[in-house]
Amino acid sequence: MERPIRVLVAKPGLDGHDRGAKVIARALRDAGMEVIYTGLRQTAEQIVNAAIQEDVDCVALSILSGAHNTLLPKVVELLRGEGADDILVIGGGVIPGEDIPFLKEKGIKEIFTPGTPTQVTIDFIRGNVNR
Amino acid sequence: MVNNIENRILENDKRAAARLITMLENKDPEGFRILKSVYAKGGNAYVIGITGPPGAGKSTLTDKLVKAYRKKGKRIAIVAVDPTSPFTGGAILGDRVRMNDLNTDKDVFIRSMGARGHLGGISEATSAAVKVLDIFGSDIIFIETVGVGQSEIDIVKNCDTTIMVMVPGLGDDIQAIKAGVMEIGDVFAVNKADRDGSARTAREIEMMLDFNKTLAWRPPVKMVVATENKGVDELVEAIEAHREHMLTSGAFTTRRIQNAKSEVVSLIKERIEQSILDNAHNEDKLSTFSKEIVSRALDPYTVVERLYEEIKDTIHIK
Ligand SMILES: Nc1nc2c(ncn2[C@@H]2O[C@H](COP(=O)(O)OP(=O)(O)O)[C@@H](O)[C@H]2O)c(=O)[nH]1
Ligand SMILES: [Mg+2]
Repeated sequence: MERPIRVLVAKPGLDGHDRGAKVIARALRDAGMEVIYTGLRQTAEQIVNAAIQEDVDCVALSILSGAHNTLLPKVVELLRGEGADDILVIGGGVIPGEDIPFLKEKGIKEIFTPGTPTQVTIDFIRGNVNR
Repeated sequence: MVNNIENRILENDKRAAARLITMLENKDPEGFRILKSVYAKGGNAYVIGITGPPGAGKSTLTDKLVKAYRKKGKRIAIVAVDPTSPFTGGAILGDRVRMNDLNTDKDVFIRSMGARGHLGGISEATSAAVKVLDIFGSDIIFIETVGVGQSEIDIVKNCDTTIMVMVPGLGDDIQAIKAGVMEIGDVFAVNKADRDGSARTAREIEMMLDFNKTLAWRPPVKMVVATENKGVDELVEAIEAHREHMLTSGAFTTRRIQNAKSEVVSLIKERIEQSILDNAHNEDKLSTFSKEIVSRALDPYTVVERLYEEIKDTIHIK
């Protein structure tokens, strides 16, 4: 029996909309993955604690609040501090194109902007998890 | 890679514990080697099951119970089991949403599990996770699971104390629950007691429990409002009273021995089944004979007698 890929879907930042996060959570579930959904307003520390305990293969961060340039690199940095830099970190949401190279340089493996078909995200996760 | 798991797990290392649980879920032989090497260090955690219908407030209540036990300085682990889609094998495991404050408490470890897709079943997977979290140093381990389906019920049978979470307005459902799982509850919590009908639900449960007067332990029924943290201290007292009863009456050890016995039996069954099915020769024979059973050329009993002698020798207990 093939073990499903485990993905933590988290919504860092202070804004109160998790529609995007829920859409991607459902799409990943329908693709046969186990999605650990943690809800709104997660701090980077909470996300990393959950990722470690759940031993996920991937952390998918959905962000709208504009704080992506601090929050996303912080998650990667904290994971590294826990020796968990083998976990794939990806981001999605309203992120300006000019910020993407910076985020990738900080270790976020891919950024999915609004309108990206969910299948693209699914394929990326399947192709890039370390297992 | 997570190295040196056997030493790290004894030092309360979360990443080591988390990885070992994954290995055991995957039936990775290396995982079993590690678990065997540290098994003797366990046995110190008290295991509390939380079960009941979907949406009854099990996760919300678990969050509040954990906070109450954290005030007593206990180290806590939670295993939260959620349904898996039978079609895709995927799942959204959302119990953590109700336990967000616990996420930054370094003495709380939460693990979510999908109910299906485990070799040997979910009850085996949770039981392995409990062993890991016990050795890892938890004082109390909570297992949250929906109280429908035999495999989910098997999970709570393995707990030292099981809390049955009910809600007002179950109506006829209470009859179904009564038939299946009433006897599993050591403590009953009527949650959502802020809603109409909760006193009546509590009375109905009390009446059902009174039918069985032979019980050595009469389960108490407590009203709670998990969202408002009302009645939680009383529920903790009821749990502690049951634990006291278990320990002083000897039922604690008797139950654990019984559980160990059924665990071994089910592991042996699984090994034998796997061993038979792994052998293509056996598979072929099974298929051929099965066709003959349907065409009435043979009957299943004769087939079993014939196959047993042959198959016996192909069983390799690894
Ligand atoms: N009115 C009321 N709602 C509650 C109470 N406890 C939980 N809930 C709500 O019931 C819903 C399901 O709760 P959850 O803990 O996820 O239930 P579970 O599926 O049994 O784990 C949530 O919307 C909770 O906020 C309560 O005591 N009173
Ligand atoms: Mg729940």
